[in-house]
Amino acid sequence: MTNWRVAIRLARRELRSGIRGFWVLLACLALGVASIAAVGTVRSNIENGLSEQGAALLGGDAEIELTYRFADDKEFQWMRENAIGVSEIIEFRSMAVTDSGDQIGRALTQLKGVDDLYPLAGEIQLDPPIALAEALAERDGVPGAVMHGDLINRLQIGIGDQFSLGKTLYQLNARLAYEPDGVNTGFALGPRTIVHADSLQESGLVGPGTLFSTKYRLKLPPEIDLEVFEAETKSALAESGLQWTDRRNGNPSARAFVQRVAAFLVLVGLAGIAVGGVGVASAVRVYLESKTKTIATLKTLGATRRTIFLTYLFQIGVMIALGVGIGIALGASLPWLFEPLLASRLPVPIKTAIPIQPLAEAALYGTLAGLAFSLWSLSKTGEIKAAELYRIGSTRLHHIPPPALLLSVIVIASSLVAIATLLSGAPQIAIWATAGIVASLLVLGLAASGIRLMSRALARSGAVRGRTGLRLAIGSIGGPNSDAESVILALGLGFTVIATVGQISANLNHAIINDIPKQAPSYFVIDIQNTQFDSFVATAQPLTGVNELNTAPMLRGVISQINGVNAIEAAGTHWVLRGDRGISYAAAPPEGTVITAGEWWTDNYSGPPLVSFADEEARELGLNIGDVLTLNILGREMDATIASFRQVEFEAIGIGFIMIMNPAAIAGAPHTHIATIYADDDQEENLFRAITSNFPNVTVISVKEGVARLAEILNGLAAAITYGSGSTLATGLIVLIGAAAAGERRRVYESSIMKTLGASRARILASLALRSTILGAGAGTIAIVAGGIAGWAVMTFALETNYQFEPVSAVAIVFAGGLVSLVAGLLFALAPLNASPARVLRSPD
Amino acid sequence: MTDLILSLNGVSLTLAGNAGHVDILKDISLSVRKGETVGLTGPSGSGKSSLLMLMGGLEQASSGQVKVLNQELNKMNEDQLARFRMRHVGVVFQSFHLIPTMTALENVATPLELAGREDAFARALAELETVGLMDRIDHYPSQLSGGEQQRVALARASAPSPDLLLADEPTGNLDAANGAAIMEQMFGLRDRKGSTLILVTHDNEIARLCDKTMAMNDGRLEQMEMTAL
Repeated sequence: MTNWRVAIRLARRELRSGIRGFWVLLACLALGVASIAAVGTVRSNIENGLSEQGAALLGGDAEIELTYRFADDKEFQWMRENAIGVSEIIEFRSMAVTDSGDQIGRALTQLKGVDDLYPLAGEIQLDPPIALAEALAERDGVPGAVMHGDLINRLQIGIGDQFSLGKTLYQLNARLAYEPDGVNTGFALGPRTIVHADSLQESGLVGPGTLFSTKYRLKLPPEIDLEVFEAETKSALAESGLQWTDRRNGNPSARAFVQRVAAFLVLVGLAGIAVGGVGVASAVRVYLESKTKTIATLKTLGATRRTIFLTYLFQIGVMIALGVGIGIALGASLPWLFEPLLASRLPVPIKTAIPIQPLAEAALYGTLAGLAFSLWSLSKTGEIKAAELYRIGSTRLHHIPPPALLLSVIVIASSLVAIATLLSGAPQIAIWATAGIVASLLVLGLAASGIRLMSRALARSGAVRGRTGLRLAIGSIGGPNSDAESVILALGLGFTVIATVGQISANLNHAIINDIPKQAPSYFVIDIQNTQFDSFVATAQPLTGVNELNTAPMLRGVISQINGVNAIEAAGTHWVLRGDRGISYAAAPPEGTVITAGEWWTDNYSGPPLVSFADEEARELGLNIGDVLTLNILGREMDATIASFRQVEFEAIGIGFIMIMNPAAIAGAPHTHIATIYADDDQEENLFRAITSNFPNVTVISVKEGVARLAEILNGLAAAITYGSGSTLATGLIVLIGAAAAGERRRVYESSIMKTLGASRARILASLALRSTILGAGAGTIAIVAGGIAGWAVMTFALETNYQFEPVSAVAIVFAGGLVSLVAGLLFALAPLNASPARVLRSPD
Repeated sequence: MTDLILSLNGVSLTLAGNAGHVDILKDISLSVRKGETVGLTGPSGSGKSSLLMLMGGLEQASSGQVKVLNQELNKMNEDQLARFRMRHVGVVFQSFHLIPTMTALENVATPLELAGREDAFARALAELETVGLMDRIDHYPSQLSGGEQQRVALARASAPSPDLLLADEPTGNLDAANGAAIMEQMFGLRDRKGSTLILVTHDNEIARLCDKTMAMNDGRLEQMEMTAL
């Protein structure tokens, strides 16, 4: 007890001198905590916004979605009996076509057919500001439509102009300014068009087997318990294959997207905390160095190691709390300040508040990181000897703390990783990211030690003899009390994050822009009706420039059970089980098929349904030959036995089905065909026109358009992550500046001696600049290696694609590393350059 | 033998430096009785301060035996040595070594607080009164003159009433007047508290004030002289 009491008193006295010696520690922690707190606050505010406006985002209190069919009588009856209002919507992709006489324009659109009740919740905003019913109403026998601005621009039409969807002509009556239930954060091809569902009847677009979905929005009595009602609905309509959404989570994809991006940014923030931790360790080390005489004096007066350790632990603890507090205040207030900017940039609603959980999470990360990194340096307090008072340097510090403290550091660091993994929402990514951070720290630490040793050896070698400036620069990197480790660690880790993002982003872009178009078809064509199939092939095949045409019949279905057990319960939430999948049929294996297990059925097989399943996905789901899958196709359930597994190369961007069945099983069901067309680049436009003119109901999707959209999304994500990494780099810069400031006194002393020995100011400046540049460029070079390895690992193991070193960003990073370090070094070169040798050397203390 | 407070037997101190091992102290044997005052003299680098630090357990002997109050300092670890100093040894340095973030009063109270004394501040006040610094108790070291700082250091060293008071050139950084005042106070304190005083000095006049003087040269104890018995 006495130890604690005395230590607290001593700590309080020491802290009276203020926080001057702690600015690096405070800035590093505050910045790291602030970035995590800000990301968490924005995520929480978006989630609150999504929750509060759940009904508007959904367009009703609940939604029942059916695939490729309308609700049957039983389903309608259930909905009408339980809901106050039921609104029916149909959604599918189509081609909007304009014909101005001499020029025909065509563009892909996400078409939505609505009824008079739409929207049950929320409000559509149009430009000009007219009611939706008025915009969709018939004028002179021509039904109305509204379109997203992007589509209007693409088709080069204006309000009042006409366009067709399938066989029906429409008039554009307004621009769709805001569609509350149309928030889309994922990959969507084609902007929105809204028409009245009745007008689609004559369009020829909604036929048997067409790829459309119907959504039934329900307005429910206010007192209804959504959880209970969801369970009742799923039980009553168990065989419908319905997908349920309600206002509790009105836009699950937006929420999931926000959570995933935020989780990734928090992990980038953790890298920032790690960089900050290096800064904390360095700041604590510098602070304790300045306290060597005080510690030695306390020892002379009888203070034990424990008392001294506690005295400085309390001081550092107070500073960590202060740094975390500043970070929380900043992190919580930044989203408030930038709310107008965020609200206008984000496609999702925001409800600004000060959320407790993300702030507590950020505070916990900051506190644990601060403690873990400062304990290492604090352990040195016990090693300082009382003899320091009369013989400076009599203390020999060990690199590794005593076992108990080392264990504490390991426990705290492990807790930090465990908490980050648990709270991130993406545990696998979190584990890999933290492993990457730890590995990077190790690589950087080893490399920093290597650079020190090499510098020491070089400074003593004959190679730099006669070059005093160079020897002084290299000698100060390799000499005792060098700050090389903390500078290389902090700056290097910041650059490693940026280098990793740069390598991954460049490789992805390369793959998307260069590789995919080389092997992908020019167009995907969907919704080819059975009746159109022969004429479609006859039209497309002979066209000039068409090199290859592949087709396949297609239905869509949901795997509802595996061997009689609910599929999700049996095999988890694998992507194959989430939503509906394409199913084809074939009498013989399609050309090039590689069967990996089991056997294909005979040509005229007509027994119980059989299915051939994609090999890799089957392994992931734990499926075996002979397992029975229950498939819900067009609202009907069918059991199919797995007869074979086969290789499916989805990367090839061609026709690839998870499931192919024997023809007798499903050929009688309403279905359409899909086609892929490979054509010469210069003939693509003609091909597009020929197909859309002859078959107005089919939808033609350009791979180039898809690639451009995908590249746009990925570049946006990469930009967000790079901005997020900015705080990591900023923390690295603080550590760099802190190290430069801490070393200023030593530089003044060295410069004074150099001046006494006859060195000019220019030579001293060159030496200081050289030292900073070597350190910064060294950190940048190591970051390139670490970033390259991380990029290779992500591309090879996570994305399973080729990796190619991207040199432009790499060179830029080495250059930037040298430059920022040089600038920081020169900022603190003024005092050494202006130092008066007589004054400094007469009384170096 | 029972009135011996300090005995060194064949003590050597060797330190490792960049240029190899350096022998600082060579085979030193001596003994000091309770209540004695001893002056340690010798040229710079002769090993006076190192010998003093060995006596206070601030340095560990490479070989030989250092006994204070019949306890072998060589066998104690760092914390045991710290506690031993807290109870029995006071040290005054040439460069004062006051803790810059503490006031004069707090500096003096610190060893008493470390010893768990409830009356730490009352005792500290009394000590400061003895050295004539009652009007400076709330001043920080940077606000005190060199002489005042050394008086605070002296009060701090003597506050726990140590059995052994070690002073390493206590007047080395002071002018003649301040130096004389400090010596007067140091001997006065020693008289009041009955401590054994061992002081390192270059000044033969000061050394002659002691009961005994010892001369060091090149790490060896060369001469021992009784001056005032």
